[in-house]
Amino acid sequence: MALLAQIGKRLRGELRARLFPKRAGSGLPARPVIRALVWARRAVQTGSLLLFLWLLVRTSFGGTFQGDVERVRVGLPVEGFLMADPFVAAMTLLSTRTVYRGLLWSIGILALTLVFGRVFCGWICPFGTIHHVTAWLFPSRYGKGGKRVEANKTHPVRQRVKYYLLYASLAAAVAGSAIGGMLDPICISVRAIGLSVLPAIQYVTRAAGAGAAEVSSPALLSATDSAQGALAAALHQNKPFYYHHAWLIGVLLVAVVFMNRIIPRFWCRVLCPLGAFLGTFARFSLVGMEKDHAKCTDCNLCLVHCQGADSPQGGVKWRQDECHMCFNCESACPEDVIKFRFFPSRKGVTTVPDTGRRTAIASAAAGAALIPAARIADVVDTNYNPLVIRPPGAVEEKEFLERCIRCAECMKVCPNNALHPAFFEAGVEGLWTPVLIPRIGYCEPSCVLCGEVCPTGAIQKITEEQKLGIGQKPISIGTAAFDQGRCLPWAMATPCVVCEEFCPTSPKAIWVEEVSVEKRDSTPAPDGAEPARRHLTVQRPHVDPSLCIGCGACEKVCPVQDKPAVYVTSIGETRSKTNVILLDGQDYNKGS
Amino acid sequence: MERPDRREFLKRAGAAGAALGGAALLGITRWDRGDPSPTGPRGERISRDYRVDDTPPADAADFVVAKDDPDPASLVRKALLAMGGMRRFIARGDIVVVKPNIGWDRTPLQAANTNPAVVGEVVRLAIDAGAKRVLVTDASCNEPSRCFTRSGIWKAAYDAGAEVTLPAPHLFRAMRLKGELLDEWPVLATLVEADKLINVPIAKHHNLSRYTGAMKNWYGSLGGRRNRLHQKIDLSIADLATFLQPTLTVIDATRVLLRNGPQGGNIDDAADRHTVIASIDQVAADARACALIGQDPSAVPYLAMGESRGLGTVRWDRLRHREV
Repeated sequence: MALLAQIGKRLRGELRARLFPKRAGSGLPARPVIRALVWARRAVQTGSLLLFLWLLVRTSFGGTFQGDVERVRVGLPVEGFLMADPFVAAMTLLSTRTVYRGLLWSIGILALTLVFGRVFCGWICPFGTIHHVTAWLFPSRYGKGGKRVEANKTHPVRQRVKYYLLYASLAAAVAGSAIGGMLDPICISVRAIGLSVLPAIQYVTRAAGAGAAEVSSPALLSATDSAQGALAAALHQNKPFYYHHAWLIGVLLVAVVFMNRIIPRFWCRVLCPLGAFLGTFARFSLVGMEKDHAKCTDCNLCLVHCQGADSPQGGVKWRQDECHMCFNCESACPEDVIKFRFFPSRKGVTTVPDTGRRTAIASAAAGAALIPAARIADVVDTNYNPLVIRPPGAVEEKEFLERCIRCAECMKVCPNNALHPAFFEAGVEGLWTPVLIPRIGYCEPSCVLCGEVCPTGAIQKITEEQKLGIGQKPISIGTAAFDQGRCLPWAMATPCVVCEEFCPTSPKAIWVEEVSVEKRDSTPAPDGAEPARRHLTVQRPHVDPSLCIGCGACEKVCPVQDKPAVYVTSIGETRSKTNVILLDGQDYNKGS
Repeated sequence: MERPDRREFLKRAGAAGAALGGAALLGITRWDRGDPSPTGPRGERISRDYRVDDTPPADAADFVVAKDDPDPASLVRKALLAMGGMRRFIARGDIVVVKPNIGWDRTPLQAANTNPAVVGEVVRLAIDAGAKRVLVTDASCNEPSRCFTRSGIWKAAYDAGAEVTLPAPHLFRAMRLKGELLDEWPVLATLVEADKLINVPIAKHHNLSRYTGAMKNWYGSLGGRRNRLHQKIDLSIADLATFLQPTLTVIDATRVLLRNGPQGGNIDDAADRHTVIASIDQVAADARACALIGQDPSAVPYLAMGESRGLGTVRWDRLRHREV
């Protein structure tokens, strides 16, 4: 009893010390509004990260019994964070001279920045929150104690890098490519969590389930079955998802998160082009910091908690473009030095990014030069890789590269795991753009979800009527061809035609010809003579290229497992005027 | 230089010895001598017979063709009534699995999947007969959530009170079928872990096997790379029908697919027949429905195989039959 009472007293003391810490120095408490704001920020960060993850997990069609039988849609603005991303809007504005649909929402984030500075980075960005939490939970010895103060001081050379990446990305956009999307933090979050973290969780669940199935216990089996069912409904889907070279995307995520151990919020301070974009607008912000340098005792408590490495301490200029507006510094300051307010005095403040003009111009030039450099190699028009099958509704390749930000929303939503991030199939410039790999999954004919979630219009929002060709020509993404040396009825006198069964068009693009073929028995005749031969009728499949939509169902189901006897390449895709076989339907006199 | 004392000597020597002993023990117990491993799958070959062994009421038929009613649900009710009611097949507290054809991403008008109203009515009758749980499942060809949604079966079965289970990879377990051709295959466990199994296929044209209905519907119980089965389609269908012998077969022929089967796609390929066939004999049901879509039952080899294996008879008129 006495012991319990003692432990209770200790715990209460501990709790009080945690809740109301004794402040260093003069111990002046922070303003209540600031303390409230710090907690509000934490709540917003948590909510925003959870909202992001929830939308990411919901980027799929799980089926419903209430749904419209004719039209299947996700029904949620799952690409919302990307639509609100001003860096994405700016890139696609420069490359296409238009702001696509929901990207207009990015004005909202811009407006927020013009009033409050980079609050997006400190309060809203899900990727920023991930770095915030890891830098707080897992500092190495370089990020603790006195070393943390050093680590959180402005490092001008390092922190300039993100501006150079921003200038290069925007210049590349002017040159015709939204390649900068590879570096956008929202795109990275969707791509890395959607294509590698979630499939990894699914893999582990499945492995654990398979392990449980080895143990012959019905109770355990039914428990793991329900657990797997529940996880599939909540997190991923029933079907196991794998992504082409997703290991690289996963390794890069781990690497950039690991850097927080050495330099807190390494990504946000050093690399993030969206942060840099908002940083260039932070100069107009109405809210800012005032410092009373005379009162500062150099206790460095502000620096210990600083997120942006924006020099909150006394004696130096505050870097407005680097500040994430987390209010940790004012909350920590025991001396009444730091004050955030509307229309602050701009004395002793650096509002504009401090980038060397020459390096800035050079990095922009490098970004602009990258695109022609990538395109003088064999992509886009000549010697086009036949394996680059773009999703249905994708715009013509040149415009596609102007729009695709590699956010991987389409790959995440694809119900058949058909869309994958390209490696170098689509050229250097096409890294992580979506390609369809029919052997892993075919394009479900009535599905238009990839276009629904594409935030930039690289894949247009097509309807079922357009895709299936109801009252019009259907959208084709390629054409199938038979490898007659591997096809069972063609080469091995064996019935098959699973391809014809799965061909979804009506009339079927795959049609069969009944032929009588000779088949030799596998065993020799009794007297050791040549094995007997007999005639049998098989159905040999053919493709009608004018009907084939390139969905790849035939390739997916071909029983010749390792290298299928029917395969799809991009030839005949609707979006291209040059990647064509047939003459009909192409009236060149009309102009485009 | 100071030498370690005896205690220290024993400690170090003991630790090294324990490490060696542990490693040796682990190595010996897990030693693979490289002997030729026993080939082939292990375990008993099984088949599942869900038929009820009963003495039916005197006026009950074993084979019923219900026709000429535009309401599919009413056709199902009439057929089951003529068979002596669902209580003849379902006992109170049974776990009943209903297996429609939900193979394709097609709408009911395209007649590639079982009519949702037929599925719903079978579920409702099973629940009314006292079933504890009724499960509806199938291993689809196209993406399952889309097939279950767009076929309308998800909603119809759910509204009727069934649990709808989508096929998930972990629900398939390797089983040894009692087959001539098929030995070990992954089977949808939900389907076989039942007290009673009701097969509710749709009658369709099939380009390779000419006709698909009840017996071919068991393709939807398999996982794995079932696309290889087409090479010996008749034998594999006969094997599967031997493996799974249902309590009851209800063939939906309210709207049938006459061409471009089994997937169809064009509503002109389908035609209304306003018929439901209920039978305790899956071969007989198939033989009758086959003629209904204009195919000759004698040209469908798996029906004869089923008859010669004793699964049923193609001479449906030899059963106690009735038309309502």
